[in-house]
Amino acid sequence: MPKDGGIGASSKRREDIRFLTGEGNYTDDINLHGQAYVFFLRSDIAHGILNSVDTSAAETMPGVVKIFTGADFEAVGSIPCGWQITDKHGEVMQEPRHPVLAHGKVRHVGEPIAAVVAESLAEARDAAEAIVLDITDLPAVINMKEAVKEGATKVHDDLTSNLCYDWGFVEENKGAVDKAFEEAHHVTTLELVNNRLVANPMEPRVAVGDYARGTGDHTLYTTSQNPHVIRLLMGAFVLGIPEHKLRVVAPDVGGGFGTKIFHYQEEAFCTFAAKACNRPVKWTSSRSEAFMLDAHGRDHVTKIQMALDKDNNFTALRTDTYANMGAYLSTFAPSVPTWLHGTLMAGNYKTPLIYVNVKAVFTNTVPVDAYRGAGRPEATYQLERLVDKCAHELGVDPIALRRQNFITEFPYATPVAVEYDTGDYVATMDKLEEISDMAGFAARRKASEAKGKLRGFGVNCYIEACGIAPSNLVGQLGARAGLYESATVRVNATGGLVVMTGSHSHGQGHETSFPQVIAEMIGIPEDMIEIVHGDTANTPMGMGTYGSRSLAVGGSAMVRATEKIIAKAKKIASHLLEASEGDIELKDGAFSVAGTDKSVAWGDVTLAAYVPHNYPLEDIEPGLEETAFYDPSNFTYPSGAYACEVELDPETGHVTIERFSAADDFGNIVNPMIVTGQVHGGLAQGIGQALMENCTYDSDGQLLSASYMDYAMPRASDLPFYTVDHSCQTPCTHNPLGVKGCGEAGAIGSPPAVVNAVLDAMRSGGKDVGHIDMPVTPARVWAAMNS
Amino acid sequence: MYNFDVEKPTSIADAVKALGREEAQPMSGGQTLIPTLKARLAMPSVLVSLKGIAEMQGICTDDAGRICIGGGTVHAVVAKEAAAQYPALAGLAARIGDPAVRNRGTIGGSVANNDPSACYPAAVLASGATIVTNAREIAADDFFEGMFATALDEGEIITEVKFPIPEKAHYEKFIQPASRFPLVAVYVAKFADGVRVAVTGASENGVFRWTEAEDALSGNFSADAVAGLKIDGSGMIGDLHGTGDYRAHLIGVMTKRAVAALA
Repeated sequence: MPKDGGIGASSKRREDIRFLTGEGNYTDDINLHGQAYVFFLRSDIAHGILNSVDTSAAETMPGVVKIFTGADFEAVGSIPCGWQITDKHGEVMQEPRHPVLAHGKVRHVGEPIAAVVAESLAEARDAAEAIVLDITDLPAVINMKEAVKEGATKVHDDLTSNLCYDWGFVEENKGAVDKAFEEAHHVTTLELVNNRLVANPMEPRVAVGDYARGTGDHTLYTTSQNPHVIRLLMGAFVLGIPEHKLRVVAPDVGGGFGTKIFHYQEEAFCTFAAKACNRPVKWTSSRSEAFMLDAHGRDHVTKIQMALDKDNNFTALRTDTYANMGAYLSTFAPSVPTWLHGTLMAGNYKTPLIYVNVKAVFTNTVPVDAYRGAGRPEATYQLERLVDKCAHELGVDPIALRRQNFITEFPYATPVAVEYDTGDYVATMDKLEEISDMAGFAARRKASEAKGKLRGFGVNCYIEACGIAPSNLVGQLGARAGLYESATVRVNATGGLVVMTGSHSHGQGHETSFPQVIAEMIGIPEDMIEIVHGDTANTPMGMGTYGSRSLAVGGSAMVRATEKIIAKAKKIASHLLEASEGDIELKDGAFSVAGTDKSVAWGDVTLAAYVPHNYPLEDIEPGLEETAFYDPSNFTYPSGAYACEVELDPETGHVTIERFSAADDFGNIVNPMIVTGQVHGGLAQGIGQALMENCTYDSDGQLLSASYMDYAMPRASDLPFYTVDHSCQTPCTHNPLGVKGCGEAGAIGSPPAVVNAVLDAMRSGGKDVGHIDMPVTPARVWAAMNS
Repeated sequence: MYNFDVEKPTSIADAVKALGREEAQPMSGGQTLIPTLKARLAMPSVLVSLKGIAEMQGICTDDAGRICIGGGTVHAVVAKEAAAQYPALAGLAARIGDPAVRNRGTIGGSVANNDPSACYPAAVLASGATIVTNAREIAADDFFEGMFATALDEGEIITEVKFPIPEKAHYEKFIQPASRFPLVAVYVAKFADGVRVAVTGASENGVFRWTEAEDALSGNFSADAVAGLKIDGSGMIGDLHGTGDYRAHLIGVMTKRAVAALA
């Protein structure tokens, strides 16, 4: 029987009532008294020298409050980067200044050059059109391999080249890896592109800056996954506002997928301009701006090789990747192709020797940063495409080759610096074979062929590292922030609880799942517990939500704080029951004395804490409120096996996903329905990347896929009904809930399965092309079939 | 958007008069025009809405048996009300855009805009329809003059489109995955005196008749008759979603499938 509450129950998402009835409070719903609007005049060329910005005519236009240019921000800090990479020579990465408004040069289409604050958006836009720009065009740097050649045009004149860093991992292993390749019985080589993506959250970014002259207090309302991070980055590094004078509020946020982690210029601008204009300043991104300016994802070009011995054991792996940074370093950009990618290259396999080289490159494109999975999808895609290619070159079954090389003993220390605590890759593969009805595939292929279609079956495994991560470790790796999480649990006099968490919910359902945990711990109904998040004024300093870290890290902080609450409540109960504290048991919302029928209800204890008439005041303080900060000792390692079955129309190249099965191991699960939903959403994004989505610039740096007319997002009719299973559970050993995280798995695990299935379908039609790049569009499939 | 005036005449005569104003722009469903205005890519001084003109609404049948669709008739109405008489045309209308588009966008607006990837021009051309304006009647073969270009004069309004009803017809569409406009779509109409085949989405010159296929099918109306036909990829649109050669190939496939659907 499914539970009807607490851990393991599919409690209905309480936040959906307001989201689905138009009662949500999104940043664009916030309109302040006296608010003005900003319109950014943005570069329409990718690279040029900004000779002059003449605002004189624009200043006289109706409704204009104030016009800002790059010169107004010379004394203001650079938009900061939160992670510093040290390269294979021991040198720190090249880190260019990232101005709030362009100054001296423009470096990508859409870069803000001037900002017009006016009474209305239309007036701001009219005035912006009256600004006269004098820009000398420069050649655009777009192709990464060309960008790092000697003599290439430089994106940043003050850097030595367009190479941000040349990272080797693990550098000490390189010699041994190369030697293993020399001694290999077989080497499989694959070159591929991980296509650039636009995150496309349903809600575009918005920022509203406010300033109270009477107190000197700044407030920024923004669409962020991590308001405390924005407060620290913007306050300390850009605008020089101390935290106690700066409040950042991220209210309801309509999807993030990574692209709302980062600190953007518009946030700093609105905060700055609110003071300069002495009135609130609001910016709402248009969908066109979202395409052009929200940090993009992926964009890796990779060569990967596997060495095998005569028994088909993997003996060594090496990769050579070019990773696009865009024109500036976004908040976490340098960490994505390195620590979030290189450390995952072992995957599910016991390959003993691994060497990863990553060259990060500046180009005249918008910055690239974390997007659902961030580095881990890139690693998984390379590895799982490569393993499939190995199997076909060797003429062995792709699943058997995987099984043969699976890691089976845990904990397992990989050659790429991480230690997997738990997992059972055989179990998830067994489960996948069952739920995907592999046995019935031959018959389904025959039925497709009878209709003139080709049918393909593709699998892959994945491992990801979530719950990012121990602060001391990430500090050693270059993070300029800690990665703990926080929670304050406040118990009210009549027994209800409010949890103020540093995690942030922008679709994940924390308001439902977090109370389930506390309800289980205390034995009270979930509706006695409320979650507060998203406002630095009333939540403890937390690092926010990304990397599937909320339950594993933020939930653990909440558990620790609740444990403190329970410990104190037991002391109070022991006083009320006149029993020894060690004999007090908490069950079903009541404290009882072990072995007796004496008990006191949760609400009686909480009331005593706030009305301490009969209370051990000499031993403990009144009140019932505790805070905990939790810093994990390791990443968590969810894993799984996915299968995709496609039908391919050989006449048109059109591919449809007929079946998709996902067997995941997320450790313990708090709300199975929400986990299923997370997997569904991740699969939609992964399948979107594999089949449809493609962010493309031309050689002049113009964004060709700049709207939904050309950027193909998957629609419901492009996706199958998924078969999702998460019954394989190897709990995480180092967090109190035993949870691992599920937010990114679908996006990480699905692209290789799709491409493997398409190639399988093509082979069944007599065409073995070895590899096809994503997105696997009809035009590409047709071209490959006819190559 | 820039500022503009709006006029909403209730008769064709008043609409023509309003369109005589400087920088006037007619607007029917606005499904192309409004996004253009929002992007500030057009700056009309006055928008003349054609939506209030009752005589441009609805569907009837004339004495020659033609189905006559008012220029201001939305796709959803055509999808519903033409289904019995001319199912291929109704089916085309039913698959343009999404429900919001189908309940705002009009046949007159689509045909006047002549987007190279629009659906309606293929039906108009393959059916040998007649475009009726406030000033004259224009045969479909004389109407479409290339990408976004038509025989319409400045200020001329499509008031009605008259479709002869073929013995059978079928529209086969292969969608561009992002916009869901046709990447290539082919409309095949079989009349007693011959077959007409119109192609949309493919050519840099907009909708066109594929006369080789028409000749082949007029002699032998079967998928086999067009199976061997090839069309040249030069002059075809090449973009993110497909090369000219791919589009040329799809013309053959879509034509064959349209004919097969009628067999």
